[in-house]
Amino acid sequence: MTKISRRVFVTAFTGVVVAAVVMTAFGSVSLQQDEVSLIIGDSIGAQPSFAVPNCLALTRDTATTDAATVIAEVLWNDLDFEGEFRLIPRDVYGTIPSARSIIDLPFDRWQELGADGVVSCTVAAIGDGQIEVSARLFSVRSLESAFGVVYTGSNRNLRAYAHQLADEIHRTQRGLQGVARTRLAFVSDRDSQTVLGLVENRPVKEIYLADYDGANVGRVTANRGLNTNPAWSSDGRSIAYTSWLSGFPDVSISHIFEGRLSNPMSGNSREQNFLPAFSPDGRMIAFNSSRDANNDIYVANVDGSGLRRLTNNPAIDTSPTWSPNSQQIAFTSDRTGTPQIYVIGVDGTGLRRLTYETYCDRPTWSPPPFNEIAYSSRTGPGHDIKVLDLATNEIRQLTFGLGTNESPAYSPNGRHVAFMSTRGSGLKQIYTIRRDGNGLRRITSSGNNEMPSWSR
Amino acid sequence: MSGTRGSRRNWLGIAWVMVLLVLGGCSDNPPPVVPDSVPSPPAEEFSEGAPPPPPPVAPRVSPPVVPEDEFASRSLEELNRDSPLDPAYFSLDSSGLDASAQRVVEANAEVLRRYPNWIVTIEGHCDERGTPEYNLALGERRALATRQYLVELGLDPTRVRTVSYGKEFPFDPGHDDRAWAENRRAHFVITDR
Repeated sequence: MTKISRRVFVTAFTGVVVAAVVMTAFGSVSLQQDEVSLIIGDSIGAQPSFAVPNCLALTRDTATTDAATVIAEVLWNDLDFEGEFRLIPRDVYGTIPSARSIIDLPFDRWQELGADGVVSCTVAAIGDGQIEVSARLFSVRSLESAFGVVYTGSNRNLRAYAHQLADEIHRTQRGLQGVARTRLAFVSDRDSQTVLGLVENRPVKEIYLADYDGANVGRVTANRGLNTNPAWSSDGRSIAYTSWLSGFPDVSISHIFEGRLSNPMSGNSREQNFLPAFSPDGRMIAFNSSRDANNDIYVANVDGSGLRRLTNNPAIDTSPTWSPNSQQIAFTSDRTGTPQIYVIGVDGTGLRRLTYETYCDRPTWSPPPFNEIAYSSRTGPGHDIKVLDLATNEIRQLTFGLGTNESPAYSPNGRHVAFMSTRGSGLKQIYTIRRDGNGLRRITSSGNNEMPSWSR
Repeated sequence: MSGTRGSRRNWLGIAWVMVLLVLGGCSDNPPPVVPDSVPSPPAEEFSEGAPPPPPPVAPRVSPPVVPEDEFASRSLEELNRDSPLDPAYFSLDSSGLDASAQRVVEANAEVLRRYPNWIVTIEGHCDERGTPEYNLALGERRALATRQYLVELGLDPTRVRTVSYGKEFPFDPGHDDRAWAENRRAHFVITDR
């Protein structure tokens, strides 16, 4: 994780720094009493339009001029992703002269282009592999700076500066928790290895991580076997998944910052466990188990103690997901003959059926402030992602018959859903989409990728 | 075929020997072990006076009984590659064994009785339709139903393990009914002996 130190400038007048507070390297923030916070909006009340031109490189070395472009491009994509601002395409910026300093911009030219806000930034190499990135968000109309920061840190992960800046702009302008610094865990066969075993030519599926936009892919498992359905813990320090590493499915937990693996459910060939889900309060895991000779949902503490059986039905009961307050679990059951979504209290009471469609599976419960469940529904030969609003009982559809669409997962701010789709090439890739069905983006491109889980 | 007068005479002699040997072979002597391949008659010339090569033995019509030694010499990988245990197939979204699946399991049970030291793992598989998550459980159902039938047929339950692979390991990567039918199966793997 790139360690970035930041200083915040808050101004109410053009070019005049009213307050500068020097931050510690650990990023604690304190803002001065007399600051004015300016929200940039457009005159009609529609989405404000933002422009994000390349940063100004204050030192002339190649690394800095590259950084100036990368940071701006990534920031543009981060702001565009959240859908709060209308981003003016970067290919029309060519006619606008560059800024001469962080505050000296051709504001009239940006206004002609229709911008309500412009992000102005500078990058400078400051020696020892460190860079300083300064950024301000200007209102093009009033020429006021709504926001200003200075970051210093390593030049090794340039994207991190853009991601932090995007999150801060969303926080200060929209009171919104952005996702630019979140990560996806997913399953991939991209390293094209085969599983070691008695049946030949089976492709390895391992757990991988990437930034929410698909960059910086890293690997979580390397057990040369089948691993599926990763699930992040709320504190982002653990990933639970199903692994056939012992020859049968069992719940494995990768404690990624401790370099440690645990198998708290202690499965064996007669008691197989799969599809784990951490409770949002971080204390419990729900999972599927075939102990007691049937597929049922069980709940245990994260260390495996306190095991309790939640469902008791000869049907298949599988794929648990927790409510935001950790009090209820939604799951899939075929007790009426086809898989449908149900909800039950963590104390085992209050069982309620939620769906009445052909085949519904893999419910995922949104985080607050929303109260809805996304799931994969059979709509033809393949599946589509649908969302059930628990307050209104209305169902809306996010995908419409392109390929098959499965394994949805909510972003931590509840505004986006990641999922697998075979649209296009026919291979499995991970996509993200906003909860209103707009803003579809493909995240992966190498090999087959599926079963995303989205960290905080 | 050689063209000298000497070798033509030798062929006549060999023909008589062949007739006699074939007639002699139609007795009630215990049959010889069938070789892996029937040797073709030698085409090269041979000199006068040299003993003729043995004539080819006609292959038996009925399938031979493969003795235990035959399997004992094969590795587990080889055994499974050319397995004496067939997969049982299922209908879409179903884990019930229909009549033909039952026949397959009964035949497998017969093999397993003959080799009582074999440990077998039944893998439950699904076709690519449906979700990977529900299919994990459906695959497990298929494996458990198959195992249950084997136990009902008298097999020692400790010899039979199960595992589900859901739709993760299709046997046929195609996207049509034929491929899907091939993938909805309980697959028997000999995992120890």
